[in-house]
Amino acid sequence: MLYSEKVMDHFEHPRNVGSIPDADGVGQVGNPKCGDIMKMYLKIDGNNVITDVKFQTFGCGSAIATSSMATEMIKGRTVDEAMGLTNAAVAEALDGLPAYKMHCSVLAEEAIKAALADWYAKKGEPVPECCKLPCDGDEHGCCSCG
Amino acid sequence: MTNRIYADHAATAALSHTALRAMEPYFTQKYGNPSSLYGFGQQAKADLEKARADLAACLNARPEEIYFTSGGTEADNWALKGAVELMALKGKKTGHIITSAIEHHAVLHTAQYLEKQGYSVTYLPVDGHGRVDPAAVEAAIRPDTLLISIMAANNEIGTIQPVAEIGAVARAHKILFHTDAVQAVGHIPVDVQAWNADLLSLSGHKFGGPRGMGALYVKKPLRLPPLIHGGGQEKGRRSGTENVAGAVGMAAALKEAVARLPEESARLSALRDRLIAGLATLPYTRLTGHPTHRLPGIASFVFEGVEGEALLLHLDAKGICASSGSACSSASLDPSHVLLAIGLPHAIAHGSLRLSLGPDNTEADVDAILKAVPQVVEYLRAMSPVWDAQAQKPTWEL
Repeated sequence: MLYSEKVMDHFEHPRNVGSIPDADGVGQVGNPKCGDIMKMYLKIDGNNVITDVKFQTFGCGSAIATSSMATEMIKGRTVDEAMGLTNAAVAEALDGLPAYKMHCSVLAEEAIKAALADWYAKKGEPVPECCKLPCDGDEHGCCSCG
Repeated sequence: MTNRIYADHAATAALSHTALRAMEPYFTQKYGNPSSLYGFGQQAKADLEKARADLAACLNARPEEIYFTSGGTEADNWALKGAVELMALKGKKTGHIITSAIEHHAVLHTAQYLEKQGYSVTYLPVDGHGRVDPAAVEAAIRPDTLLISIMAANNEIGTIQPVAEIGAVARAHKILFHTDAVQAVGHIPVDVQAWNADLLSLSGHKFGGPRGMGALYVKKPLRLPPLIHGGGQEKGRRSGTENVAGAVGMAAALKEAVARLPEESARLSALRDRLIAGLATLPYTRLTGHPTHRLPGIASFVFEGVEGEALLLHLDAKGICASSGSACSSASLDPSHVLLAIGLPHAIAHGSLRLSLGPDNTEADVDAILKAVPQVVEYLRAMSPVWDAQAQKPTWEL
């Protein structure tokens, strides 16, 4: 098989699909040219806990699976914990990804960071360095450029 | 899985029962080496030559013009490398090759290899339906053009090329003409004389023959230098102990495919046209390839807002085997060169689906595909951030 059982499970039965109309933070990464776009919606309460998260993804099996897994890994966690989520942790939770699919897990990490950055910006607070994406302010055409 | 629907015959197909029965004796009974002098070997030699004659007859070629190879890829490699080596032996140590942007990688990567060796290559563009214009072939000819190589029919979008016209251009200019007919042989009438072909590649497993078996037609009196050196089999042009079982099986499969071609191509075309009528009419969906100059078994599409690999995996879960030219279904990040060459934007080319039908497909299979594909497309669009569910259209402006 191309993918692990966990990847296939999250691909075939993705968790937290959809949108949150009154989201506190929304982030989108990827571009249609590369064939992967992820959009994350976060609800964050007064204690900085992510109470709800939804995603929409245009992309391959691993793009959908990493989005789904990433939402599970941050739901109910604090903003600080979510900020610490790495693409490697998402890939590991899925029992690994083929090497050429690792960029999908990078997109999942970046989509969460983009949504968190949006949350900070909406509050009028400075965006922490770790939530800034390599493409912010410098859209150079890579597959993370939103 | 017993209820699997196999709709990927352009990738490979089951060995036909006729080919299997024809091959069986050659594994444990008639296993003699055709190069051996004793009768047991000479019988294998006779059977090999019978297979060659049968295969040649299916192409309107002469038996001595058929060289068995390990498959279509070897035949394509040999055609291109052999043709330029032949010209080099005649003193033209460098020169120009004309091919198209939508060739199979067996031709395209060989042409790129020859570029590195100092040859110059023109990759002709195609129109929106994937057709090469014979006038463009003629316009690309230079005084140093050594070879024209244009495929007979495309593997991804099913477009049939104006091969005879292109062959006539090559003939008029006295330039060698090769056609990669891997997807055409056994599926549409193939006639090396009518096509003006000097070289033609074919592959056994695309028409019910065994894998690991192909052939190169080399028009007499052309003598290509060998690609594979060794014991001198195939008149010294392609060494290696002959795969008699493979040759016999391939010839049996092709004879059967050609005998059934009028009936089977009408049957497959009708199934294909049901797929096209049912799927190309979905919103923001289009047929790829030519509407009429099209292989009987290939229906190919792009669905906006959907990624091809995700589509394939969901179809697989429903028991349907298909393929896609999406980047994510391969290790590369770019979608198929064929889909880009017909002018599709990357974003749309990512959403491709190829359904290729064959002898085992039925009306019931088509019913099931017509039910499953729209379901999966709708499901994936519903979770796609680039699909506006209310307006039922993509959010992107391309």
